[in-house]
Amino acid sequence: MPDIPRQDLTPESASPTDIAPLGRGPEKPPHERTAEEEAGAVPWMAIAHDAEFKALLVAKAKFVVPATVFFVVYYFSLPVMVGWFPELMSREVWGAVNWAYLFALSQFFMAWIIAFLYVAAAAGWDRRVTSILGRFGR
Amino acid sequence: MLALALPGGVALWMFLAFVAATLVITYFSARKSSGSSAYFAAGRRITGWQNGLAVAGDYMSAASFLGIAGMIATNGYDGFMYSVGFLVAYLTVLLVVAEPLRNAGKYTMADILAYRLSPRPVRAMASLSTLTVSIFYMIAQMVGAGTLVRQLIPGVSYEVAVVGVGILMVIYVVFGGMLATTWVQIIKAVLLMSGSFLLSALVMAKFDFDAGKFFASLTAIQSTATDGTTVTRNFLTPGLLFKEPWDQVSLGMALVFGTAGLPHILIRFYTVPDAKTARASVVWAMILIGLFYIMTTFFGFGAASLLGPDHIAAHGGTNMAAPELSRILGGEIFFAFISAVAFATILAVVAGLTISASTSFAHDFFSNVLLHGKEHRPGAEVRVARITAFVVGALAIVIAILLGPKVNVAFLVGLAFAVAASANLPVIVLSIFWKRFNTAGAVAGLAAGLVSSIALIAVSPDFMASPLFPLKNPAIASIPIGFAAAVIATLLGPREPMAESTFAELQVRGNTGLGAEKASAH
Repeated sequence: MPDIPRQDLTPESASPTDIAPLGRGPEKPPHERTAEEEAGAVPWMAIAHDAEFKALLVAKAKFVVPATVFFVVYYFSLPVMVGWFPELMSREVWGAVNWAYLFALSQFFMAWIIAFLYVAAAAGWDRRVTSILGRFGR
Repeated sequence: MLALALPGGVALWMFLAFVAATLVITYFSARKSSGSSAYFAAGRRITGWQNGLAVAGDYMSAASFLGIAGMIATNGYDGFMYSVGFLVAYLTVLLVVAEPLRNAGKYTMADILAYRLSPRPVRAMASLSTLTVSIFYMIAQMVGAGTLVRQLIPGVSYEVAVVGVGILMVIYVVFGGMLATTWVQIIKAVLLMSGSFLLSALVMAKFDFDAGKFFASLTAIQSTATDGTTVTRNFLTPGLLFKEPWDQVSLGMALVFGTAGLPHILIRFYTVPDAKTARASVVWAMILIGLFYIMTTFFGFGAASLLGPDHIAAHGGTNMAAPELSRILGGEIFFAFISAVAFATILAVVAGLTISASTSFAHDFFSNVLLHGKEHRPGAEVRVARITAFVVGALAIVIAILLGPKVNVAFLVGLAFAVAASANLPVIVLSIFWKRFNTAGAVAGLAAGLVSSIALIAVSPDFMASPLFPLKNPAIASIPIGFAAAVIATLLGPREPMAESTFAELQVRGNTGLGAEKASAH
């Protein structure tokens, strides 16, 4: 797949304060690079098109998308339930404690559980990143 | 010695002890804070749990400690809804923004936008929205500080208190930079957690540590209604404060999507060495923040049960519910301690806000917009940040004094969250996940989110007798407006081959940390 030519409409600015100055010109062809630039050049496109890297993105999305949908739905059920069904939520479950309080309290545990699941999953992603970067000599 | 005998006297000594400790830290930080990375990002050498404490410290503001306790104490369950939203919001930070932001940015939220898009217009808009959010948030905290100090230390006026807080926060930021600000947050978080824990334990001791007894006491809270009659309410019932369910949904949206757009929280992730540590720090912060907000059950409902809404109204109003509870349960010394904790809370949050505002102005606007990213003289960026901290501090002092102690600070905080959710979050998310996203979309999204959230607040029930917009918080309308503007302007605007070809690069950076800013050596 040919890369899209890098045309930059913004003014030239080789910025020392900006890690990604868009003012940089088009990437130099390999034969024009100095030894220093050669050492610093990162094969971004090669990594982006790497099969293992693509698989990593899919694996991440498979966790992050359902987790996000779940917590958003779970969280917004709380204002919806207590807002539109206050009588139902006011029913007492344990002593004076009612569904409304228990549902609110469960949100804390929901948030912690998702956070810990994320960290566990991310440890696996970290290992895959190390393996991918290792193959590109980084 | 008379001063020591007065309640304000003890509180004053505790204030001074906190201030002295933080100034010592500032002094030592100042010697290390030369160079941009050291000044703006504490050299990127803060560890995961330290940054977790600092994120928690930056986040648990006076609105949390005093405001939520007061809301639960006077209106019961509905106040607790805030506590829930404030924690769940961190899932958005953890799952969506923290790691890509750390991997692809340098000092500010705008770095990740400027990465793919035309830097000058994007940074100018992002800097404007950062300054807006920070200043609204800061004024709310300073008004709170002025009110608090005036009630705690007899003889200190509101104006003097506001100026005092303003001067201290400017000193931390100007001399100590991010390192001093981080340590101020850490100390404050430890103080706040231990103060809340002690207060909760004292409350439960009154109920023989029997949760059943504690909750049973909440079912019949008596208070005097506006017409003078005594009403008895079950404080565990929802709907005592929020009558309109849409209000709760809209507020929930502002909280859950706004936190991931709060500049003073986002810049904390640049202080750690890598994305893995950023992730760990969010989890630490979530543990602390969650425990803290669960404790609002004990000291918020505890104040309702043990003091009652009438007693709170007669002793300093809703914002003083937690300190007043500590006075009744633990005497003057504990009251002084809790008050000093509240003061530390406010001071730390305003310091965090000041550094986020000044970093954004210096890095985004001065260095990258005005100077096209060329630093003409080394150190100019840090110098500009220090001057900005002075200006922002002075501006916040003047506005807080003009607004006066009577202003309702909750809406300012709500506005800050709504602006962050409507202006900042859509463009951050789209620049990470949408290849086609372009400069026109980013500028339009930031501008539409900023303008619509402020405009909808201006025509809301808080400001108009016959409001044009029926809800107190604009998020339910302004977040979709922010997203829609960004998407429509992107599709109408010209395709940007540069933005699209760097998308792959951003994905690699964001997901692998390759090329990310490293911690400074030594």
